[in-house]
Amino acid sequence: MSKQIGIEVSIACAEAAGLCDVDVVAAYPITPQTHIVEHLSEMVADGHLDAEFVPVESEHSAMSACIGSSAAGARTFTSTCSQGYALMSELCYIAASLRLPIVMAVANRALSAPINIWNDHADLMYARDTGWIQIIAENGQEVVDLTIQAFRMGEDPNVSFPVQVNLDGFTLSHMIEPLTIPDKADVDKYLPPYRPKLRLDPANPVTFGAVGMPDIYTEARKAQDEAFKNSLPYIEKAWDEFGKQFGRYYKPVETYKTEGAETIIISMGSISQTAMTAVDMMRAEGKKVGLTRIRLFRPFPAEALFAAIKGAKNVIVLDRVTSFAGGHVSGPVALEVKSILYDRKHHPKLRNFLVGLGGRDVTDQNFMEMVDQVAASKDDGVPVAYEFINVRE
Amino acid sequence: MGIASEALKNFKGFNLKNLPEVEPVSPGHRACQGCGEVLALRQAMKALGTNVVMCSATGCMEIITSPFPQSAWRVPWIHVAFENAAAVVSGAESAYKAMNRKGIINSPDTVFVGYGGDGATADIGMQALSGALERGHNFIYMCFDNEAYMNTGIQRSSSTPYGAATTTSPAGKKSIGQSTWKKNMPEIAVAHGTPYVATCSPAFPIDLMNKVKKASLVPGPAYLHIYSPCPTGWRCGIEESVEMARLAVQSKVFPLFEVIDGQYFLSRKVAKPKPVSEYFKPQRRFRHLTETEVAKIQARTDADYEKLVAKCVMEAKTKEKPEQEMSIRLDGA
Repeated sequence: MSKQIGIEVSIACAEAAGLCDVDVVAAYPITPQTHIVEHLSEMVADGHLDAEFVPVESEHSAMSACIGSSAAGARTFTSTCSQGYALMSELCYIAASLRLPIVMAVANRALSAPINIWNDHADLMYARDTGWIQIIAENGQEVVDLTIQAFRMGEDPNVSFPVQVNLDGFTLSHMIEPLTIPDKADVDKYLPPYRPKLRLDPANPVTFGAVGMPDIYTEARKAQDEAFKNSLPYIEKAWDEFGKQFGRYYKPVETYKTEGAETIIISMGSISQTAMTAVDMMRAEGKKVGLTRIRLFRPFPAEALFAAIKGAKNVIVLDRVTSFAGGHVSGPVALEVKSILYDRKHHPKLRNFLVGLGGRDVTDQNFMEMVDQVAASKDDGVPVAYEFINVRE
Repeated sequence: MGIASEALKNFKGFNLKNLPEVEPVSPGHRACQGCGEVLALRQAMKALGTNVVMCSATGCMEIITSPFPQSAWRVPWIHVAFENAAAVVSGAESAYKAMNRKGIINSPDTVFVGYGGDGATADIGMQALSGALERGHNFIYMCFDNEAYMNTGIQRSSSTPYGAATTTSPAGKKSIGQSTWKKNMPEIAVAHGTPYVATCSPAFPIDLMNKVKKASLVPGPAYLHIYSPCPTGWRCGIEESVEMARLAVQSKVFPLFEVIDGQYFLSRKVAKPKPVSEYFKPQRRFRHLTETEVAKIQARTDADYEKLVAKCVMEAKTKEKPEQEMSIRLDGA
């Protein structure tokens, strides 16, 4: 039987990884990820989890050890964020290209400088082109469920890619929420043991990580791209089967009050909860506003997202990172949305706001300001790539 | 008795009559002619056999053995990046530990090896290696030292010897070539409390193979520093690799020794040392050196050797130790 308890989301994330019988955890501490790996090391120390906890000397070695472990055939978990992600990023590309289904929880945090330990999506966007599946939690229950689902998705032989479970640092990672922790037997039923066809095994020697000369590199990259593209239905399958078994259903894109909405806000992560409150308030005032939340950022669910927003007059895309493109190019989420709209005959107008950087709160009032600003704006033909909101001049 | 001494107390070494026929690295790889590094790798792999997992750093021994769709490796092998072979092998070793314990696999005797060149070891991979040694994983780290970044075109590393000309430490009017003294990696490994540390040379294959075998028998980390002549980078004849490796030992430039549980043992005493100039002469990387500079290097070489011999005082007290005698006897063959 599953049980509902009040628990810190980071601890619940570690418990979820434990329910998946991880064999190896290699991790290095960084705020605000620490509670996740501390709890895993406690579980190992207390004998609640039969795993090797490798207390590596850097994030670079954390991901390196994860690659060695996963290639050896072990179910492997780690967690990091921000500068730690930046340090290990070199290896993240390689983990994906070697098709190793490592699962990593990222307690999203801003990148330096100035150094800032609080939440935004700089690390999430830093990772977007590495070839990892990226899923983004809105609340604590999603963190638990996505962590379990991540192993199932990544280890599916039709997928075989690493998976990043993103949870907003502090605003989600350090919350205590009433959460349903699934029963171990149910998780065992949902998640079969990890038995890869190829691994580092003296009985069946294989070469991992060979040199790709110009005559093969493009083909290797194309093959990886195809496999990544084809992973979407299997990700959805992992969600469908989770829903059937646990009664909590997930999909790549969620919508909230988008029926008949003239303006749709597109968000990711925990600020979507504030956005829903703001939508309720605006709906009560008679404003036709809805919300679309992207849960799966890589592979990007273009069709599902277009279906969710195509009826709107305006879309407001939130980006939680600065991309320093020179002022005439939108933020990364807005770029993705624009790219799926460009070839469509009729599509909504798009406004891009940079919000919630380095732990700056995004309030219901901020959402209302954005919607009002869009409603009041006149199309003077001058394109605006993005605007900051809630910033002192 | 320390863990290494305990593990090696009944050690039976290789000799000319029982050399393994196994070749985990196949011929047909793409090493340069006369490569002393791939020769050392071949000897090491013969000693290790096939129950191994190899984790390679980026470098010569990686690119020459794995141009897709070919592979020279008949044993499981993974290359990830330049600076992290020691971390990758940490992960693989931990995975086997967990999976053996949980009954997922049954491979308790598999040997885990991380290896790289001197740049991958003494420079960019130093942190990962230090971490892996400190954590005490049961693995061997092999540094194939050809004394510069040969794969990228002979750039200096911290393991390049004083006075050697490389493409980033060129000799010139205002430069004698490399202006710093070679980083002492074996000492750094010893300082980590590594149970087994040794230096090896492909000019002394039985000694090299025995040290590799011993490293595989010791529980916990082992560090092997393997001299790897590079005719391409050292600018000597391709037929002179082994001779360079031999002269390096005979001139005290690269002494062969073991450190077992912190105790030093000289594998080969250099009773009648050859001058360093004899070792330098065939190598054009040293040809610009003046007599004064050579004399300076000779003095430093002598002093370093004396320091090493002084650490080997344990030798007299522990003369009955079988591993020490084994080293001397086999090496003297």
